[in-house]
Amino acid sequence: MAKTIVQEFTKGLWEEIPPFRLVLGLCPTLAVTKSVANGIGMGVAATFVLVFSNILVSALRSIIPSKVRVPCFIIIIATFVVIVELVMQAVAYPLFLQLGIFIPLIVVNCIILGRAEAFAQKNGIAASAADGLGIGLGFTLALGALAAIREAFGAGTISIPFSDTVLNLFGPAFKPFTFMVEAPGAFVCLGLMLAVMNLIGKK
Amino acid sequence: MGDLILLAVGAILVNNILLIQYLGNCPFLGTSKSMDNAVGMAMAVVFVLFMAGLVTWLLDYFILEPFGLRYITTIVFILVIAALVQFVELFLKKSIPALYAGLGIFLPLITTNCAVMGVCLINIKEEYNFIEMIISSLAYPAGFGLALVLFAGLRERIIIGRVPTPLQDVSIALVTAGFMSLSFLGFKGMI
Repeated sequence: MAKTIVQEFTKGLWEEIPPFRLVLGLCPTLAVTKSVANGIGMGVAATFVLVFSNILVSALRSIIPSKVRVPCFIIIIATFVVIVELVMQAVAYPLFLQLGIFIPLIVVNCIILGRAEAFAQKNGIAASAADGLGIGLGFTLALGALAAIREAFGAGTISIPFSDTVLNLFGPAFKPFTFMVEAPGAFVCLGLMLAVMNLIGKK
Repeated sequence: MGDLILLAVGAILVNNILLIQYLGNCPFLGTSKSMDNAVGMAMAVVFVLFMAGLVTWLLDYFILEPFGLRYITTIVFILVIAALVQFVELFLKKSIPALYAGLGIFLPLITTNCAVMGVCLINIKEEYNFIEMIISSLAYPAGFGLALVLFAGLRERIIIGRVPTPLQDVSIALVTAGFMSLSFLGFKGMI
């Protein structure tokens, strides 16, 4: 348990990067990665919830009785999800419409409950915040990477997060491979990315 | 009547909750390694989702909507679902032990199954009336069960097969799910 804060942070970026190393939180991963802007937006929202729920769970860990800990964690998480929902509705309305029901569904994202259960309830506030930030950033990166592949092949564009800019990659002659942005493409693409990660990890 | 049948077929096949709407994928990959687990999970989801759909719709219709409280929908729904799952578990344990033995370990997992919360939210978002809500709360989990059981059948075969090392386990399962999803996408022309 002698890990430093920095190690808690960096492990989320590679060693335990969700959804590859920890196979959790697949639903938002598959659903919002049609475009890079959506993927990154979702990642940022989930990171916010993850960091603050980790901090609060860690701060309250000696008060919460272990028998009712899961409902307590869920209430903490749901509170931050509502905050994200209301803030997004106010400042990023188009993104809010795009992500639709997947914003309230952050509450049942197993990554967040999983980190509360596996990490925050056993560790100090600083370590939990670092863990939440690391795992959250890892999740955002993974969503961004998957979305970049799907959007580049499926629509021939890359949309820049938090702006209306859309880069056209291949010029007007490009015929989009729509399989990639449809549902099946998400599963196949994630499966193949996982295989590549396994291949690299083996060395 | 025709509309309701369309809604049911649409929810089971065309907008299949697992393969087209991408909800409930964690239990989909987690419990599909054996047929017994898949059937248990599918039954538990049908049971809980129907009750959760009913309760959350009534709550929204009679309390949240008239009093302008929709901004706390997320908290209310997740609490209702968590309480309901706990209640169903206790109820089954006391009164129908045989069913409890079958569903037992899958019930607590359902709280964090996004398919349950997802369908409750869809019912509200699409502004379904009472009958439509009943149909949707039955048809979506039926589609979940169908996809899960079919997929478990495929996956039992894959485990026996010789899969290249990096693709093993979750990776090949996702690729297989992709091709199943492709076949469900074929139903799109029906409606």
